[in-house]
Amino acid sequence: MSMLLLIEQLLNGLQSGLMLFLMAAGLTLVFGVMGLINLAHGSLYMVGAFACAGVAAATGSFWLGLAASIAAAAAAGAIVEVAVIRRLYARDHLDQVLATFALILIFSEGTRWLYGSFPLYLNVPPSLSGSVTLPGGIQYSLFRLAIIGAGLAVAVGLFLLIGKTRIGVQVRAGEADREMIAALGVDIGRLYTLVFALGAALAGMAGALVGTIQSVQVGMGEPVLILAFVVIVIGGIGSIKGALVGALLVGLTDTMGRVLLPSIFDLFMETSAATSVGAALASMAIYILMALVLIVKPGGLFGARA
Amino acid sequence: MADPILDIRGLSKSFGALKATDDVSLDLRPGEIHALIGPNGAGKSTLIKQISGEIAPDAGEIRLDGRSLSGVDAAGRARLGMARSFQVSSVAAEFTVLQNVVLAAQGASGATFRFFRPVMRDSALLDPARDCIAQAGLTGRENVPAAELAHGERRKLEIAMALALRPRLFLLDEPMAGMGTEGARALGDLLDGLRHRAPILLVEHDMDAVFRLSDRVSVLVYGRVVATGTPDEIRADPEVQRVYLGEEA
Amino acid sequence: MSAAEITAAPTGRGGRMARAQIVNAALALGLIGFGVGAWAMGETFLVTLATKVAILAIAGAGLNLVLGFGGLVSFGHAAYFGLGGYTAGILAHHALNYTPMFEWPVLFEGTTSMPVIWLVAMAVGALAAAVIGALSLRTTGVYFIMITLAFGQMIFYFAISWPAYGGEDGLPIYVRNGFPGLNTLDPIQFFGLVVALLLAVLGLIAMLARSRFGLALQAARQNRQRLMAVGIRPGGVLLVAFVISGAITALAGALYADLNRFVSPSMLSWHLSGELLVFLILGGTGRLFAPLAGAGLYIALEHLLGGVSDHWQFFFGLLLLGVVLFARGGVIGFLAGGRKHG
Repeated sequence: MSMLLLIEQLLNGLQSGLMLFLMAAGLTLVFGVMGLINLAHGSLYMVGAFACAGVAAATGSFWLGLAASIAAAAAAGAIVEVAVIRRLYARDHLDQVLATFALILIFSEGTRWLYGSFPLYLNVPPSLSGSVTLPGGIQYSLFRLAIIGAGLAVAVGLFLLIGKTRIGVQVRAGEADREMIAALGVDIGRLYTLVFALGAALAGMAGALVGTIQSVQVGMGEPVLILAFVVIVIGGIGSIKGALVGALLVGLTDTMGRVLLPSIFDLFMETSAATSVGAALASMAIYILMALVLIVKPGGLFGARA
Repeated sequence: MADPILDIRGLSKSFGALKATDDVSLDLRPGEIHALIGPNGAGKSTLIKQISGEIAPDAGEIRLDGRSLSGVDAAGRARLGMARSFQVSSVAAEFTVLQNVVLAAQGASGATFRFFRPVMRDSALLDPARDCIAQAGLTGRENVPAAELAHGERRKLEIAMALALRPRLFLLDEPMAGMGTEGARALGDLLDGLRHRAPILLVEHDMDAVFRLSDRVSVLVYGRVVATGTPDEIRADPEVQRVYLGEEA
Repeated sequence: MSAAEITAAPTGRGGRMARAQIVNAALALGLIGFGVGAWAMGETFLVTLATKVAILAIAGAGLNLVLGFGGLVSFGHAAYFGLGGYTAGILAHHALNYTPMFEWPVLFEGTTSMPVIWLVAMAVGALAAAVIGALSLRTTGVYFIMITLAFGQMIFYFAISWPAYGGEDGLPIYVRNGFPGLNTLDPIQFFGLVVALLLAVLGLIAMLARSRFGLALQAARQNRQRLMAVGIRPGGVLLVAFVISGAITALAGALYADLNRFVSPSMLSWHLSGELLVFLILGGTGRLFAPLAGAGLYIALEHLLGGVSDHWQFFFGLLLLGVVLFARGGVIGFLAGGRKHG
């Protein structure tokens, strides 16, 4: 295993962690502020990816596609919030799970109806194609590097939004005490729609960016959704900081596990067995991480409560 | 004087900088009602939760019948006969009155992991449960779901469940809260008779009830016990009048 | 079964009780009648469909024990279903290929005997549920949902990436496993076997619900603080329920593998966990026969809507959304009346 490969994989882990953060941030905000578990968050990720693919194909511009992904996911989020989600805030978690599970079926099958089952592929914009040489002589994809930058920028923006702005104050107050925030004269209905749309926009953006590296297809949001749940469980529900730390931990553990575990087993096993044992263990690594966090801190690393 | 049933020594609990319980010592003797009063935020509920085992104290010791309770959780303390009622009524709302009390009798029996016999035909639980329901004055209401009970009846249900635990002591957190004058008086009469079954540590805001029923009163202010004595001594205590009656009355 | 149904026997709140029992009996007889009728008319496919309903109802009944009675929203029950399926597949694989499963401490060559497979599958399901339950029950509410989902995914990905038993491609069972005295390859005989197991499982759950354990379990759903205050630790009660639940769902998985003569990671997929939850809400949460009503309705819709449109899940999603938002009693609530849980 060369040092260069290791650093490249570290960067890949960072990149996937930051994209997970975009997903987890919306989920954790929606749970922290509205007390809602939203399985359909992965569908918003998919909506963003398809919007990007559709607009980019029609206009030839990736950037218009990216803007469309954010706008479409935010709009889909706002519509779903107004039409369905706000009826669920007062319901128990089982109803929330089932109703948002129904939304997944509607979104996935609806998208399949419109676009078919074949994956779509997005082209990396010309200005970001190719690779750059990093200090130390590492060749790394410029687009992935740009995603890392974008993820970091959004993370900083989100912390500023929550920490420094009027909306952020309202969001934090809403987490602490719903009645207080109503007493302050804030329009709760509007705030909830806004928070939901914001989370959806972040998910849509992640969908477009990851869709460009991988592919755009129905069901692409589901594995990411479940990883985002693992992130939130590790980080602590409702905590943006927890979502960031959890996302980076999960992204790095997953990526590094897949690279390192087979090589580690190779040291004391024959190669074919090492590959399969390593791969199987790597596929479970983040869940084992989650179990360890649960044993030590059942409320998550930054969770307010168990 | 008989040995105390409950003996609390030097109990302390802080939440950050807030001392919710500050070196509290008090005891509960056989046959008495010992009232715990104090202004809102004095730390009464926090103290009750430490006694019942729902939260752990930072320092100090609680003994039940001379046995230290450190390391015994809430369920273990209940089985040792610590029968607790809650500030806001807490029962199984979908169960009937009888099912709730049978549940308590089952808890006292210590045998929950039995999978075959129908519990509602188990006379080892049904007989004591019906007896406790009668003592709490709920006869005739056995088959009413708890959710459909009037507020006062739900308080009585909690008393019946406490009785079914074969209590060594009662830990009652504001049993009169939300009751009208009539209801409070009737419940007071019920408690009056209960002290001979097991002593009562009573947290209560209804001062008429406290001074009518109690053998002793302890006053808690900012987590500290500022006075303990008979109702007459407490009424006359200048410290109490200053910090407590002065604020509330 | 609900709280009212439990009290009904000694206290005589009879009317609603009788009606719920009539609905339950009608559901059971309906399933048997459908299977036998289809067999009489030579519609083998429909017999298989009825068998599938009965198997999924067993899986749902396992989930119902923790969800309907204990109030635990487990979103990972596909794990036990799939583990049961893989148990059947792996045991049969070794037996049919004459490759011993292990030689130490004794030689074990696998088996094609259903009773043995069922016992092993239930043991595997119980063990997995004990480990996952012990970890997940450290948390409550939405954490519990996400954690059970995550552990379910862990086993799913493990099955995909472990190549020894087919990995992503799954594992075929060339000949359906056998049961002494029966020809399990005959659809109606297999159907009868599965229905007998379904009724046994429902009877077991009815018995548990009425027992001391069941009283504590249902109290844990309503008020854990109160349960603690009467000296019963909710954690132990819920964990035991979770283990029994895992065993029952694993049994269903073993039967499902034999029905399809094939096991694949799709048995472990989180969609299946979601579908099991859907059965319960379609049938009526907290009702003993909810899994049968729900699974029957789901399979019927899949069959009927699927015949009309390839995109039947789109319409099913709309229907499910409508049921969750507006019709919370489910089928049994609609037919038998009465509130959820009593």
